Amino acid sequence: MSPAPIRLEAPLSKEEIEPLRSGDVVRLNGVIYIARDAAHARMKGAIEAGEPLPLDPEGNIVYYSGPAPARPGFALGPAGPTTASRMDPYAPLLIERGLRGMIGKGLRSGTVISSMREHGCVYFGAVEGTAALLADRVKEAEVIAYEDLGTESVHRLFVEEFPVVVVNDLYGGDLYREGKERWSGFRKFPS
Amino acid sequence: MPEEIEDETLREIAASSVTAAVRDLCIEANTRLPQDHLSALRRALADEESPLGREVIERLLENAEVARERCIAFCQDTGYAVFFVEVGSEVRISGGEIGPAIDEGVRRGYEEGYLRKSIIRSPIDRTNTGDNTPAVVYYEPVPGEGLKLTMLVKGAGCDNMSALKMLTPAEGLPAMKRFVVETIERAGPNASPPLTVGVGIGGPFEKAAMLAKRALTRPSGEPNQDPELAVLERELLDEINATGIGPAGYGGTQTALAVHIESFPTHIAAFPVAVNLDCHSHRTASAEL
Repeated sequence: MSPAPIRLEAPLSKEEIEPLRSGDVVRLNGVIYIARDAAHARMKGAIEAGEPLPLDPEGNIVYYSGPAPARPGFALGPAGPTTASRMDPYAPLLIERGLRGMIGKGLRSGTVISSMREHGCVYFGAVEGTAALLADRVKEAEVIAYEDLGTESVHRLFVEEFPVVVVNDLYGGDLYREGKERWSGFRKFPS
Repeated sequence: MPEEIEDETLREIAASSVTAAVRDLCIEANTRLPQDHLSALRRALADEESPLGREVIERLLENAEVARERCIAFCQDTGYAVFFVEVGSEVRISGGEIGPAIDEGVRRGYEEGYLRKSIIRSPIDRTNTGDNTPAVVYYEPVPGEGLKLTMLVKGAGCDNMSALKMLTPAEGLPAMKRFVVETIERAGPNASPPLTVGVGIGGPFEKAAMLAKRALTRPSGEPNQDPELAVLERELLDEINATGIGPAGYGGTQTALAVHIESFPTHIAAFPVAVNLDCHSHRTASAEL
C-alpha cells in the first residue's frame, strides 16, 4: 500500500502547513495558480516597478507548468510539473510576500529553502510526466494574466484531489536527500 | 533498359501512406504507453519497497489510463519525433520523397493530436518551428519489400541527462559499469525515474550514441540475445536500483525498469560508451507498411 494522503484546501494558512513533513502524501483541493519562467520574469519586473501582481501571493500556491493544448471539452491540456530550479532566482520575491506553496519537480537552491523556512512556505513535488492525470484533477482553468505568453501565461485553476508529495518542509526536511539515503544500497537478494 | 525492368519488380508505397502512418504513430506513441512498458511498471509496483515509491508508480499507471481513455498526451513534453526507418531494398516511394512525407505526418499528428510543439529552429536562434518538425530520422537499408517505421518520442528532461565517454581499453568493463551508474546518479530526480536505460558500446564516437538511442526501442526488459550482454544488463540494473534514487527521485528500489545494451565492433585503441536515458513516459510505437 502507498501512504494515506492528507487533504488540504488551498489557499492555506501558515498553521495549516506547519504539520507537514517531507515525504507526506497530499491531495490539494481549491485554488492554485500556474506560472513558470516568463511569468516569473514579468512578476519580478512588476515588483521592481511597484506595480500590482497578477496574483496575491499571500496564502497561495504556484504550480510550475506549461500545459499542452487542450482538446475541446477539457478545462486544461496535459500539464505536468516543470523543473523548479529555473524559478529559484524569482521564488524568494513571492515567498517574502506570503506565498505558501510551490509545486514542481527537482531540487531547489539553498537560498529558496532558507526563504521558505523563514517565511513559511513548502515545496511540493508533483510526479513529472503525469500530465494527463494532473490535468484531469483540474476542474476549472482560466488565464488571468500575461495571455500573450501562451503556454507560459498565468492560469488560475480550481483543482480536486490534486496529487502531490511534500519535498521540502519548514524544518529542513528534504525528500530527495532523505529518500535516497534511506534506500541507497538496498538489495533484495544481496550477493 | 535494365533499370526499368528492375523498377517493375519494386513494390510501390505511396508517400501519402507514409504520412498517414506517421501521423497515427505520433498520436499513438504520445497517448498510449506500450503494453510491455505497462507490464514493467506493474512489476516495479509489486517490487518497490518504498511506500512513497509505490505512490509514484500508482500515479504513473493511473496517468497512463487517463491518457489512453481520453486520447490525450500523458506527458506535456511531447518531445522530439525520432524515427528509425527500415527500408526494404525492393521498395520504391511513389508520389513524393520519404523525408518530407515523414515530416508532413509529424506536422499532422502533432496538430491533430493536440500535442505540444517543442522544436526550435536552432540552439542559437531559438524560434519554435511551430509544428514539431523536422523529425529526426535514421534510415537503415534492409532486404525485402517491407517498410518499417519505429517511432521514439524523446522528451528533453531525460535526454539532457544522457552522456558519452571515450574510455581507454585499459579502463575496460569496470569503468564502463561505473560510468553508467554515475550518469544515473548525476541525473538524480531530473531524468524522471523509473528509467529505461539505453547503453551503446563500441563503434566510433557517434555509433555509440546511435546504439544507445536505438537500444531504447527494444521491448522493455527484453534481454540482449548475446548471453554475456544479457548478464551485464542484469548486473547494471541491480547496481542502478541500489542507488536508492527511486521513482520520481523520492527514494526507493526501482530507479530503472530496464537496461538495454547494444554493442558494435570497435577499434583496438577504443572503448566508447554512451548512455541515453528515457524517463518513465517511455514512448515508442511502430508500424509496418
